Amino acid sequence: MQHAPSSDSRVTAGIVALAAIALLIGGAFAGLILEGTRDPSGAASAFDSYLFRVARFTLWQALLSTLLSVVPALLVARALSRHPRFFGRGFILQLFAVPLALPAIVAALGVLALYGRVGYFAGVLGTLGGQSWPGIYGLSGILVAHVFFNLPLATRLFLEALGTVPADQWRLASQLGMGARPAFRLVEWPTLRAALPGVAGLVFMLCITSFTIVLTLGGGPRATTLEVAIYQALRFDFDPARAVTLTLLQIGLTFVVVLALMRLGANTVGDANLPVAPRRYLSAGTAESVLNAAFIVLALLFVAGPMAATLAAGLGADLGRLAGESAVRQATLTSAVLALLSALLSVALSLSLVMARRALALSRRNLSRSMDPRTLLEHAADTGAGLVLVVPPIVVGAGWFLLLRTISDVFAIAPVMVVTVNAVMAMPFAIRALRPAYDAASERHERLCAQLGISALNRLWLIDWPSLRRPLATAFAFAMALSLGDLGVIALFGSDSVQTLPYLLLARMSSYRTVDAAGLALLLGVVCLALVLAADWLGRGERS
Amino acid sequence: MTPASKGSGMEKGAAVRLEKVLFSYGEAPFLFDVEFAVSKITAIMGPSGSGKSTLLNLVAGFETQSSGRVLIGGADVSIEPPSARPVSMVFQENNLFAHLSVERNVGLGRSPSLRLTDADHGAIAAALKRVGLAGKERRLPRELSGGERQRVALARVLVRDRPVLLLDEPFASLGPALRDDMLDLVAGVHAERRMTVLFVTHQPEDARRIGHNMVFLDNGTVAATGIAADFFAGAGPEIFRRYIGENPDGAGSRDIARKRT
Repeated sequence: MQHAPSSDSRVTAGIVALAAIALLIGGAFAGLILEGTRDPSGAASAFDSYLFRVARFTLWQALLSTLLSVVPALLVARALSRHPRFFGRGFILQLFAVPLALPAIVAALGVLALYGRVGYFAGVLGTLGGQSWPGIYGLSGILVAHVFFNLPLATRLFLEALGTVPADQWRLASQLGMGARPAFRLVEWPTLRAALPGVAGLVFMLCITSFTIVLTLGGGPRATTLEVAIYQALRFDFDPARAVTLTLLQIGLTFVVVLALMRLGANTVGDANLPVAPRRYLSAGTAESVLNAAFIVLALLFVAGPMAATLAAGLGADLGRLAGESAVRQATLTSAVLALLSALLSVALSLSLVMARRALALSRRNLSRSMDPRTLLEHAADTGAGLVLVVPPIVVGAGWFLLLRTISDVFAIAPVMVVTVNAVMAMPFAIRALRPAYDAASERHERLCAQLGISALNRLWLIDWPSLRRPLATAFAFAMALSLGDLGVIALFGSDSVQTLPYLLLARMSSYRTVDAAGLALLLGVVCLALVLAADWLGRGERS
Repeated sequence: MTPASKGSGMEKGAAVRLEKVLFSYGEAPFLFDVEFAVSKITAIMGPSGSGKSTLLNLVAGFETQSSGRVLIGGADVSIEPPSARPVSMVFQENNLFAHLSVERNVGLGRSPSLRLTDADHGAIAAALKRVGLAGKERRLPRELSGGERQRVALARVLVRDRPVLLLDEPFASLGPALRDDMLDLVAGVHAERRMTVLFVTHQPEDARRIGHNMVFLDNGTVAATGIAADFFAGAGPEIFRRYIGENPDGAGSRDIARKRT
């Protein structure tokens, strides 16, 4: 009828965006299927004991990482929530947001600088162990890095959950004279338990698809995950049949986990708002305060350690010489250009989907068929970006690598792959920044625009752009930081002619030029952190 | 000014007719079969959920009927998009784009791309002067009071110059004195432009002050129609009197004799 979805240019934009995503992911699958049918026996024979060992290790490290992140996070979050006001609390929460912004390779270097064979703690650890410190490669390294990333994230999510306990419940608890124990059992634990599956699921998901950490800190065939094995099969062994099998297994695994997560209603994007501290009506006793302080200080040291090490090691590098090196300059420029393009694409695709979803939802309402199920298109516009969670970057990269290797020079298309894959990977975050703002603006403007006939480009330029400037900037900065720090696709497609900063960093690490690597890590970390802080600041301005 | 005198003069409005218009939102269906007189101000009243706003949305094109026709000036506009219908609508809030100046908000009534000619600028200035906002062209909506914002919306109605004006409780959030001022402004604008006005309100005072006719809705359909003054003189149907809380004998309507200004 009059609001036929196809007549709305927003829906057209959404269809184009979905088609682009489908092309990216479909192309990857085409590559996998073609390779698989070309050599089916090879793909089948890849089901060997090595494969099972890799799969088992993938699950095992993810499980351990989740346990080690989530259980302490429960304690730390509760401690922070019990003490809503103390000097440095705000700083701790800010600090806990930093790992989210740091590229994985920077964190990996920070962990190595601290606990590595020649790290700052090597002497102390060696003395304690009675022999020279072997360094923290393998499972222990992976776990430390994963906990570094996920303990603060889980803490913030749990703290956010605790913040949703209504103030009246606290008033009631204090009036009834509840001590720490009953208050935990009756007030805090039910909230935490409700948040637990979602948080644990998110952390598990992040760890199961973690590539960079395992690549840089894992060691040898005993500490390899599926994603790293895919990379090795393509870049070192050149065994495409094995890559196909590994990839399919990885997709199956993430698919099952994502499905389980959706059942649990988990927040699969893992955003972390700074929780506000509500007034509390229970005061902690001395013993409890001491215990809480211990939890908080330990977590603080654990999280701050690798950051401080990154900073110290980075400053120890010859930054002046690094800045003068043409390889570094070239990589910085490449990184900046690719990240800019990727962020632009990501924001454009996300905005298209957000607008299409809203337009479709409205047309459904207008047609007074509000009880109707949503159309397939609306569903796709809503969850299209979620698809990328099932298909990790390495998998998309691997599929295209296999598809293109027969047709052209795979390394020549590196820039295209890096831009597109990173753009799509950042979409869940971008959509999260854009969708509430767009829906709210639409709520205010929809009828007015319809009546005044403001549509398509007029609307984008006169109405939507001014009200979405800040959330767009937030999404852009976040997408750019994500793309800048990524070492997934570039690890597959990178070459001497196309190097990004993380790729160069990895190369320096591999050739044991650790000091150079530390300098580059500092540069990369600072830029990404600045971008995420900007994103956060822009987003905050919008809310107030 | 009496209702009778308002009907005379040049008829610039357009009749609005809903022909067996069926609309169902969720479970409760609405069925409207009613005609609104040309160039009159018709107050639309009724309990919450009786379908007042839905009726206006159907006329404006924000909602689409499942069956029946909407006719404006005799033409079937049932499948026209909102911007193609000869109507302007003023909502209770969100009539303005917060990031655009008063002038540009009004200008959108002339061009949805804000490409304005000199003649347009002249019309905008005149409209703003008419609603008493001369000198505030450059302000942003947040720098205006609630009443001033609705005046901007009325200025846009003036530059759009459509034969039908739909008012969806536009003054509900204003104080009594301010509301009276705004009602008088609407009455004044109506006297000049003679558009057909459909005015949804909860306040009997509003209907009494400027309404010529009355359409009373109940339970998703038209329950009664007539001359507004008759309704308030106690000649309205029982259901209306119960709605406004009058005693059956009319004793409760102590200010019914108040002079209309």
